[in-house]
Amino acid sequence: MAEDMLAADGRPLKASLNRALRRQKLRALMLIAPLLLFIMVSFVMPIFDMLFRSVENQIVSETLPRTTLALQDWDATAAQLPDDPVFEAMYTDLVLAAEYKSHTRLGSRLNYEMTGISSLFRKSGRAVGRFDTDRYTDAFQEADPAYADPAQWAEWMADDEIRAELPRTADAYDGWAKMLVSVEDELPVEEEPWDFVYTALYADAQAGADLPISVDLSGVEPVSLQAQFEDIDEDWLDPDVWLTIKRYSPDYTSGYFLNSVDLTKGADGIEARPENEQIYITLFIRTMIMSMSIMGMCVLLGYPIAWLLANLTDRTANMLMILVLLPFWTSLLVRTSAWKVLLQQEGVINDILVWIGLVADNDRLQMINNQTGTIIAMTHILLPFMILPLYSVMKTIPPSYLRAAKSLGATNWTAFWRVYFPQSVPGIGAGCILVFILAIGYYITPELVGGTKGVFISNRIAYHISSSLNWGLAAALGTILLVVVMLLYWVYDKIVGIDNVKLGG
Amino acid sequence: MTSTDGAFVAFDRVQKSYDGETLVVKDLNLSMPKGEFLTMLGPSGSGKTTCLMMLAGFETATHGDILLDGVSINNIPPHKRGIGMVFQNYALFPHMSVAENLSFPLEVRKIGKSEREEKIKRALDMVQMGDFAGRRPAQLSGGQQQRIALARALVFEPELVLMDEPLGALDKQLRETLQFEITNLAHELGITTVYVTHDQTEALTMSDRVAVFDDGRIQQLAPPDELYELPENSFVAQFIGENNTLEGVVQEIKGETCVVKLDSGEIIDAVPVNVSKVGERTKVSIRPERVEIGRDRLEADAHMLKAEVLEFIYMGDIFRTRLRVAGIDNFIIKTRNSPDQTRLKPGEIVEIGWMPRDCRALDA
Repeated sequence: MAEDMLAADGRPLKASLNRALRRQKLRALMLIAPLLLFIMVSFVMPIFDMLFRSVENQIVSETLPRTTLALQDWDATAAQLPDDPVFEAMYTDLVLAAEYKSHTRLGSRLNYEMTGISSLFRKSGRAVGRFDTDRYTDAFQEADPAYADPAQWAEWMADDEIRAELPRTADAYDGWAKMLVSVEDELPVEEEPWDFVYTALYADAQAGADLPISVDLSGVEPVSLQAQFEDIDEDWLDPDVWLTIKRYSPDYTSGYFLNSVDLTKGADGIEARPENEQIYITLFIRTMIMSMSIMGMCVLLGYPIAWLLANLTDRTANMLMILVLLPFWTSLLVRTSAWKVLLQQEGVINDILVWIGLVADNDRLQMINNQTGTIIAMTHILLPFMILPLYSVMKTIPPSYLRAAKSLGATNWTAFWRVYFPQSVPGIGAGCILVFILAIGYYITPELVGGTKGVFISNRIAYHISSSLNWGLAAALGTILLVVVMLLYWVYDKIVGIDNVKLGG
Repeated sequence: MTSTDGAFVAFDRVQKSYDGETLVVKDLNLSMPKGEFLTMLGPSGSGKTTCLMMLAGFETATHGDILLDGVSINNIPPHKRGIGMVFQNYALFPHMSVAENLSFPLEVRKIGKSEREEKIKRALDMVQMGDFAGRRPAQLSGGQQQRIALARALVFEPELVLMDEPLGALDKQLRETLQFEITNLAHELGITTVYVTHDQTEALTMSDRVAVFDDGRIQQLAPPDELYELPENSFVAQFIGENNTLEGVVQEIKGETCVVKLDSGEIIDAVPVNVSKVGERTKVSIRPERVEIGRDRLEADAHMLKAEVLEFIYMGDIFRTRLRVAGIDNFIIKTRNSPDQTRLKPGEIVEIGWMPRDCRALDA
């Protein structure tokens, strides 16, 4: 068949077929387009945005651009303070950041990595405007009134030659001018530059630059910026502070992920966090183990029920199915609260046990605010997700298989175990995946009945999203959770085979 | 049939009810000698499958005894009865290969591996499926699956095999081949077989005896030829093969023959089967191929009926003619396509008659 088949109108048959199918495909696409769009906008994009936050770290380089640049030449391993240009850069950055009010945000970001930085930045933001650098301003303005003229400054700073001669000044002036326009709503041509611009000018002059109008600065006593910073807080003399800033100055960081697995960046690379700060690995393991227990409980409790439902007449099965689905129709919060009422130490179950005499009154069982509570409540909530796929798979297993097995000489148990059970495995698989994946990300129930010992990793994620506002860490924890689930899914596929999962039919 | 002595399989006054109000099986008595191929034939809901399930042990009799080799098996669970069974939908275990399916009954009987393999091979060869041991049931055609199901039911050498409409899902040609194979196998191996079907051709061609079920009772239990030619009641006459029925009143009984006055006024001769006295209403049954056109081959005093030809159908080997006789217009006669046979034309008026022994006066 080297030649192409031709349709009745002489076109190649393939082309005709494609043309006929294109219309169908287009219609199919139109039908799913609204949902696709909705999912993209409301689900896929936010997730990727969130995942991106787990590595994103532009806040340091955006808030402290000059410091970040200056710190590049600093040898962090020497455990010595950076030199003056870094302090000068930090002075400029901090004054501007204080005006933009972004220094507190940066403080809390860096506080995740080093406790105390948050308050250091807040304090410094207030104090940085009161540095003794007005000495330079006065010196310049006294030497020549032109230095106090905003219009003159604007003219100088528009001149490329002068800008090239005074790089620090130009940079500081630009930052100041931009801030003035956007924050203060003033024009630079009408405002006298602030102290840090004169400080930069002084630094340029000290570096041997030609000033637009020569000024004799020999009489001016230099201001030590390092000492000024020390005056605010002695922490500025701690090389670790600068180390932290330098370490987290790149735009992208692995810090959140390291934090998620109880590691941190130390002086000699990655190292374990102090023991009292290690919580996430434990939480991940606990989440896994408890989700597996819940899954196991659901299989044990759900299998007999699904079997019963599958073997009853349709009428009765439908009625019992309503009972299975009933939990879906009540609010999750109500159900969880009901468990609180039942399980607490003064609760119904304990009361009954005491009344029967199984438990002493002064030794009531602790069934809530621990792992037991979480497992009980979540097994109850997730049970329908196990029963439904099991039921629909069992429904498709004809009863004649069991009869055949028995007629061939198998006992009830052998017939079940060797003939019925293997055929219900796809249902168990589907139920397990559903329950496990739902359990691993559960949040409300562990929060309400889990106490401190029975909470999941998702509770921690929620805490970082809504309370500590450490979204980067929350995103990293969420990403790890996602990867772990996918990994388990992959392992499951390798062992059981994903085609062996059936939701029915 | 109250005696069950010496029978291999026996139902003794068995009754079965599911709801406690109606009986699905009413007072069933049946006994089968060893090696017999017995078919339970009947319309759906007649109780034949229920009987089979009671024999297999999946249903319990509400009343009466079921005996296997002289021993009551009412309280023996299915897996201890040692009865092979073939199901309508084959019921091959989909997660096991053909060999594993066959190995299953041997494994639960704790038979050693080498012996198992030998038996599996023999059973597969028996159904000409020796090359398919490694396949999964889903990879086989319907006929192949049914062969495997048969081999599985036979591999543990049961003395009794039950088959529940095993060929129901197959096409006609395959069904005929397998009918032949199953009967041959059953006779070769000398196993006793109870076969359930609603296909009368299948029942007639395969069985030593056929039990016709209706309304929870065995209407007639007889070898196929007897069943066809000498039906004992009008249900059997209607159910097996094609049949013409004329209704009337018994006018005279004289030993082996009787005279029946039809509702339309005509008089005919018949064999009294289950009519006992003059004046009783009866349904007279006559097979289409036993009707004669003209007096030539009948006795001189035979009663004849006038008939009008309504339709003539040429079917190759036979002609099928529909007539209006004694007020009914679906009277069928079948004549062989022999050289001397005339082809009737619609509208023609002919005289028809039959040997009195071919015409049976049954219950009304």
